[in-house]
Amino acid sequence: MVRLITHNLLSCHAKGCTTNNFPLQFKDAEIEHREADFNPEFIRGLLPKIEWKALVDTAKELGDTSLPYEQPEMMDDELLKTLHHVLLEMHVEEGQMICPNCNHVYPISNGIPNMLLAEHEIA
Amino acid sequence: MSRPELQAPPEIYYGDIEAKKYTKNTRNQQIQADMTYRALELLNLPPDEPAFLLDIGCGSGLSGEILTEEGYIWAGVDIAPSMLEVALEREVEGDLFLQDIGQGFGFRPGSFDGAISISVLQWLLNAETSHPTSSPPHRLSRFFTTLHSALRNPSRAVFQFYPSSDDQIQLITSCALKAGFGGGIVVDYPNSNKAKKVFLCLFVGGGGQQQMPKGLESEVEEDARARFERRRERVRSKDKSGKRKHMKDKDWILHKKELYRKRGKEGVPNDSKFTGRRRRPAF
Repeated sequence: MVRLITHNLLSCHAKGCTTNNFPLQFKDAEIEHREADFNPEFIRGLLPKIEWKALVDTAKELGDTSLPYEQPEMMDDELLKTLHHVLLEMHVEEGQMICPNCNHVYPISNGIPNMLLAEHEIA
Repeated sequence: MSRPELQAPPEIYYGDIEAKKYTKNTRNQQIQADMTYRALELLNLPPDEPAFLLDIGCGSGLSGEILTEEGYIWAGVDIAPSMLEVALEREVEGDLFLQDIGQGFGFRPGSFDGAISISVLQWLLNAETSHPTSSPPHRLSRFFTTLHSALRNPSRAVFQFYPSSDDQIQLITSCALKAGFGGGIVVDYPNSNKAKKVFLCLFVGGGGQQQMPKGLESEVEEDARARFERRRERVRSKDKSGKRKHMKDKDWILHKKELYRKRGKEGVPNDSKFTGRRRRPAF
């Protein structure tokens, strides 16, 4: 159940990997759509935390091009609904997340990403 | 009290069988639910505002279900794959991660509006290997530092845990304070052996505005009555001659023999007019 909301908050935490470690790149991702309750307040509150560019790029990678490239200044209901769909209803079930900096692979199986590090990778 | 954290590391202790047992146990469910509600209370989130929470050591999602019920959106991390599998079967709403919290988080700064953790911290206090990154202080500081940066300013993190000594509380609090948190320990029902619960209540930022919550106290004072009072009453039932009444008198013997006969014991003596009578004195 890697949703884009968590993916957008996730960077690589391996030892010495401190720059250019966000966003993790999806590979061989299998996506599932599951409906969730629409909560405009929550999305509004979340917006300041979101890296817009990373979100749009990742959504595009996963085949969803409904978001505009530039973050619009005004949020109307239409856009909030699109955001809701991209952030909370797209689940990546299988695949991998790869750190763009150190190429560490975080495998996803059954919707659960394996974030465990080997002993030499622990900071 | 048996301590599971001393038996094996969490990902091994909570294997398939133990994970199912843990989740199905209704007493466990009740305790987990109570502690989650209390942790949410201590978290003191602004009411009627949606929040994105982190459940540290979410396990099979017992606490996560309550977060969903209360209207929060959450992500959970746990190190035991079997527990997460149970969570998947139960179709919990949050995002799950297989992660060792002692290795630190990779979340971007300010990601979460709060964090709760039920019965987890004590698992960080055992070193599994001799590698320097496996020592409890190292793991604790890595955990607290990365958590501190992942939380929004101002916000709180509440951990319920089972310390086995004051030294452990000392170690955990000092690691948390070094990582930049404010706050400390809140103890609920400190005078009760059973209901006593220890919460570590940590603050991020807030500029001294954050007030330390008070622990709950039980209303009935438990030690008002002395213990062992039943025994005292029984001793009092001795009569004036100093002998206890009804000890091995005729009724008692007849009752006992009846019981043996019912159980089918062989060689139970017959009842007669001499049963339970004292012999005449020898002199």
